[in-house]
This record gives sequence, structure tokens and C-alpha cells, in this order.
Amino acid sequence: METLEFRFDSKPASHAADPALCGVVGSGNLEILVKPGIEPGACAICIKTSARGFGETWQAVLGSFAASHAAGGTLIAINDMGATPAVVTLRLAQALAEYQGGAQ
Amino acid sequence: MIASLSARHSWFEATARARLAGLLDPGSFAEILPPVASQPSPHLARLDLPGAFDDGVVVCHGELEKMPIFAIAQEGQFMGGAVGEIHGAKIVGMLRRAAQEKPAAVLFLIDSGGVRLHEANAGLIAISEIMRAVLDTRAAGVPVIALVGGSCGAFGGMGIVAKLCSAIIISEEGRLALSGPEVIETVAGVEEFDSKDRALVWRVTGGKHRYLMGDCAQLVDDDIAAFRAGAADFLAGWQEPAPTPALLRTAQQSLENRLAAYGEMRDGLEVWAALGIADPSAVPLLDRDELVSLKEGLPT
Repeated sequence: METLEFRFDSKPASHAADPALCGVVGSGNLEILVKPGIEPGACAICIKTSARGFGETWQAVLGSFAASHAAGGTLIAINDMGATPAVVTLRLAQALAEYQGGAQ
Repeated sequence: MIASLSARHSWFEATARARLAGLLDPGSFAEILPPVASQPSPHLARLDLPGAFDDGVVVCHGELEKMPIFAIAQEGQFMGGAVGEIHGAKIVGMLRRAAQEKPAAVLFLIDSGGVRLHEANAGLIAISEIMRAVLDTRAAGVPVIALVGGSCGAFGGMGIVAKLCSAIIISEEGRLALSGPEVIETVAGVEEFDSKDRALVWRVTGGKHRYLMGDCAQLVDDDIAAFRAGAADFLAGWQEPAPTPALLRTAQQSLENRLAAYGEMRDGLEVWAALGIADPSAVPLLDRDELVSLKEGLPT
């Protein structure tokens, strides 16, 4: 297991509902917990992943997410079991939407 | 797309949280120890494995057709729904609370291979505590209904727990047994049981077989709404009996009769023939309604 921590500047997220959980820690999947953070203009992310050595990939995927979404003021915790970048991106968008009360 | 199929929400494919969302009355779900408040397993962390915030089980209270109920839902996709220390403690806490607060029922959404071997003794102790708690809750007059229809079925210690519940509601996809197919093959050899033969596995442990044998109160379609309707329907006609030695003796006798009648058989097909089914080979292809009417027409 590898633990990774990142912090990205991001536009402040709109009004938050309750903390949101998305996904399951199953093979090729991950769970994402979004809760309020301290800095309104930044998104702090902590990842525990079963796949070692993918720090750069995580940085690229999460950086692109933080740049394209208003995710500021959030603390995102991730438990990962080998999800692909595409799955990570989809789940992040889903978790953020639920956090902002826009769950489908 | 066929309308009746697109309107269905598969229980088998849903996560534990999606099952609860469709099972309970809308808006009534209230989780106890939600992911923010719960903590991942320290044992898995020590083995360098990522945990899950809720440790693979969701416990909550809510309503079913306006009746107050407690619910416990195992997540089969996380470590095969296996029971670890925190996972087990959440289940036991919920059952004990039910014995005190007496909701109309506890719905136990089982999807588990049994003990989480990574947690060894802590997992084994958790299973035994769950067994005791199920019996205590029932003795307090609160029915505990097992709902089995997930990919992991109910195996190992959780197979025993399922049979300790007041009743089991199962789908064709659901499975129920003690030792899992791979375990039997590993211990006794492929001649004893071929775990790769999926059709055989379902003929021996699957929902249809369990329903025909009388192990399960209801067989329902693989549909969250069908499980909901089944649970509500069962509870409407059920009064939890007080445990008595006479009830235990009756149950023991019927198990002995069953062992004597079917103990030597190797396949569900033989058992179904012995039950009086004219064409056992047709059973796997019957739909739910056809199978229920077949069972109702069997000699008792």
C-alpha cells in the first residue's frame, strides 16, 4: 500500500451538503469521501492505494480534475484498489456532484 | 430495450448502499456510524492493504412501509463482504440495540464469504458474537430477516448466521451454504466438488435449490423492489415465536430426516427428483413464478 497526499488550487466549491461517499473499495474500483476542508481556494487529497508507484499518474489526474472543477474548500479521502485514471476521474466528478447536493 | 427489464434494479449488481436506498421507504435511511465517523480496519492497514471507511458494512435505521426497522447491509465488493473486527462490531451493536429498542424487524442484507481471514481470531470472535446477538434479538421478540442475493452469497460463518435468522428471503442468484465451493474442492478434491462447474454450484447452493428444500421462506426475482415487497409481505404475516426446547427438537428431527433422505446425493438434480419433481433438468430454466408454483404443487 502507498499513501499519497496532494494539495491543488481550485475554485471554491458551491454550498456543500453533507459529506459524500462514492464508490466501493473493490477490484479496479475506489471509494471517495468528500468533506469540508479548511482552505476555500484549495482541495486537499489523501490517497491510500494498493498499487504502488503511480504517484505521477495520480498527480496528473487529480491536478486536471482540480483545474476543471470547482473543488476548493474540500478535503478528499480516497481508498483505492487499482482503479484506472478514467474510473478515478468519473468517480471524482460523481463524488463532488453528490457533495454539492446534485446527486442523481 | 424491454421495458420490464429496464425498470428492474438488480439486487445482485447493486452496492450495499444502493440496495438500502431501494429497500427502505424513500428518505427514511439514517446511517449510524457513517463513513466520516467510522474508521478503516487497523488490521488491514498493518498488512499494508487499503481499508474501507465503513469497513464493508452499512448499519442504519429507517422505515419499511412505515414500520420502524433497523437494517444491516454487507458490501460484497469489499473483501468479499468478509467479517472483520470493526465490521462485526457494527453488526453486533445494531442487533443489541434492536433487542433494546424493539423495532418491527432487523433486515440483514447478507453478502459475505464469512470470516475475514486477514483478521483471524478477531473475525472469528466477531462471527460468534453476531450469532449470539441474532438469537438474543429474536428472543427479545424482534424478527431478524436475512436477504440473500449478492455475488458473495452467504457462506462460512455468515451461512450459519443466515440460518439463525427468523427467515431467509433469497433470489435465484443468491447462494447459501457453509463451506464455499472452492474450499470444498481444495480440501476434498475436484472429484468431490468441481467449483469451476458453475451450474453445479448453483444446483447445490443456489436460491432455487434452497427454496425447494424449504431453507428459505421466499424466492424473489433479482430486483430490489422484489426484495422490498418480499420483506414487507413476510413481516405482515409473521409473529416471532418464543424459543422453546420443543421447537428446537422439531427442527433437529427435520434435519435428521433430511440427512437420511438426501445425505448420499451428489447433485441438486437427484434431490429434486427425490422431492417428486417430474423433470428435474427443467428446474434451472424455470423463472421465479414457475418455480414457486412448482414448489407449491409438490407433495409434502
